[in-house]
Amino acid sequence: MAIFVNSDTRVIVQGMTGRSGTFYTDQSARYAPCYVGGVRPGKGGSQHLDLPMFNSVKEAMAETGANASMVIVPAPYAGDAMIEAIEAGIGVVVCVTERIPQHDMSRVKKALQSSKTVLIGPNSQGILTPGQCKIGVMPTRLTMPGNIGIASRSASLTSEIVAQFSKAGMGQSTTVGIGGDTLHGVNFVDCLKHFRDDDETEAVVLIGEIGGRDEEEAAAYLASLDYGKPVIALVVGRFAPRGRQMGHAGTLSVLGGGTAQDKISCLRDAGAVIAENADDVVAAVKRTQAAG
Amino acid sequence: MMLSENQSKELLCQYGVLIPEGRLAHTPEQAEKLCKDIKARKYVVKAQIAAGGRGLAGGIKFAATPSAVANEARTLLNSKLVTEQTAAAGETVHSVYVEAAIDIAKNYYIAISFDPNSGQPILLASAAGGVEFEQLARMDENAVKTYLFDDKPETRDELIAFLKGVGIEGPEAVETICNAHEAFCENDLTLVEINPFVRTADGKWMAIDAKIALDRNASFRRPEFDSMVEDLGMSSSETEAQKSNINLVKLTGDIGVVANGAGLGLATNDMITDAGGKPANFMDIRTTARSFDVARGVELLLSDPTVKVILLNIHGGGMTAADTVAEGVNFAYSRAARKLPVVAHISGHNAEWGINILRDRQVPVEIFDTMSGAINRVVEIASSGRTG
Repeated sequence: MAIFVNSDTRVIVQGMTGRSGTFYTDQSARYAPCYVGGVRPGKGGSQHLDLPMFNSVKEAMAETGANASMVIVPAPYAGDAMIEAIEAGIGVVVCVTERIPQHDMSRVKKALQSSKTVLIGPNSQGILTPGQCKIGVMPTRLTMPGNIGIASRSASLTSEIVAQFSKAGMGQSTTVGIGGDTLHGVNFVDCLKHFRDDDETEAVVLIGEIGGRDEEEAAAYLASLDYGKPVIALVVGRFAPRGRQMGHAGTLSVLGGGTAQDKISCLRDAGAVIAENADDVVAAVKRTQAAG
Repeated sequence: MMLSENQSKELLCQYGVLIPEGRLAHTPEQAEKLCKDIKARKYVVKAQIAAGGRGLAGGIKFAATPSAVANEARTLLNSKLVTEQTAAAGETVHSVYVEAAIDIAKNYYIAISFDPNSGQPILLASAAGGVEFEQLARMDENAVKTYLFDDKPETRDELIAFLKGVGIEGPEAVETICNAHEAFCENDLTLVEINPFVRTADGKWMAIDAKIALDRNASFRRPEFDSMVEDLGMSSSETEAQKSNINLVKLTGDIGVVANGAGLGLATNDMITDAGGKPANFMDIRTTARSFDVARGVELLLSDPTVKVILLNIHGGGMTAADTVAEGVNFAYSRAARKLPVVAHISGHNAEWGINILRDRQVPVEIFDTMSGAINRVVEIASSGRTG
């Protein structure tokens, strides 16, 4: 099953001919044969990495039956690229580009309001269903198929934790990077809902951090129902000084929440098992399995 | 990136938001001289720092005469102001903003930012503006009302009704808020905060203090941003790191931290602190950084006398493979006179290669298989005061 992407996903790449686009498309297509084409205005009719190129998302979808797009377009143009994919009605858009202006993301979010497209990212490592489909930039060597669903806000920390899971013999159903930006597509609640319906996922891991309200909203969602599967949460940035931006973007303090302590306590109150630190996540999952 | 008070007010003023007449001064003499140009019966002297919470921390002083202005400026300038939002050591006051004191009838709070869920601009408004607003808002979440801006023209009436609900009334007030919204949308801003937004005794609406945040990610289409943020709040090492694709935030400890990725950097610092150590910095090497960028980041740590030992916590992935970071560390060590001990946890893409690079080039490194192992060791070295 997995969530959002699987072996039936057919992916096109917007910005495939650039340096990053070429590198990551090549890696992703070697990992799993889900890639069916690329989009770059003006390059329609040509081939790149043995895949057909198209001038627009609409055209690529019509010709290849693509239902997902990886957006790996430079930041100044990434907003428009996402909007093009959303307006073409594609199922899933994964945007790995970082440093996209918030006002551009505001327009993207507006376009999402009247569509069924699922946006993952931006500033995300992407999404990986091990052994089936990779749309993104994450390393795959230390991943394996299995039953742990992971949703996270940061890339390398997630890779580290995924590697720890694999080392412990615990595979992953799907790993979703919701992205490190304030304005992003799917959030923790969306991931929790999908993982709940996914038969293959037996436990869900949330990797959160200071800033934003994703963790608080996840806690409110978990408190509102009997989730039925163990949820394990790690929230990093417990000792980050207030008022300083630490890499990823935070939010206005009056919008509430934001501190790691607040996030940890509301997730704990909602029934999530809290991992003490980044080396404790695998053990925390095992604790829930022993208890269950 | 936050703008200073006077820059924020200048921008809002261009959009027709009323502000008290004021001048920026760097010395007490300058403050005294400049305030004579301001038509006012009384003055306010405000410490210019990047963090909020000044009012409660004694960073805002009233003065009746130009010589009193000079005295207050003398007390504030070069002092360290510790507020709720600064680091424990506080922030040094390099300039003061002198402005006309306004006869205030009532304080309000307004802010425009993005609503994270809808991604649309949102207005926050409260009838409890002023220095204690943030504390009040934390205790009582109903103290702040929110209104989602929409681009439909008929929403002006909704906005008027919303503002009336928090006690902000009259065409002048609504106009001011619409102007602030326009400034937000036209300048790639991520925050416009006016606190207090006041009704003056003579019935005008005015921004007494303002905070504006620019979106650095929009710099490619806002060439003016670079000059606006030139000397704002960032230490020179932080600015230097930015140029090298590294986010660096200076902290107060003695363990230099090199990590790739914001989440990994935060996780590392949490674990150091839990183990009884103190990170000297937060570091996030961006995915686009090359070896030379990493070298620059490591050099900044090596040249910082407060740093006693360096922790590498790297998970290679995609483009920033572990060997890229190791090469960078090696470059820095080959050039630096001060070779601090390195404790490393390196995993992920090309980890073995990265470890080999460090060992072959004789970087003084100890390698650990787990993060906890490396962190316990680095804390041990730092607390023993050994410097290799």
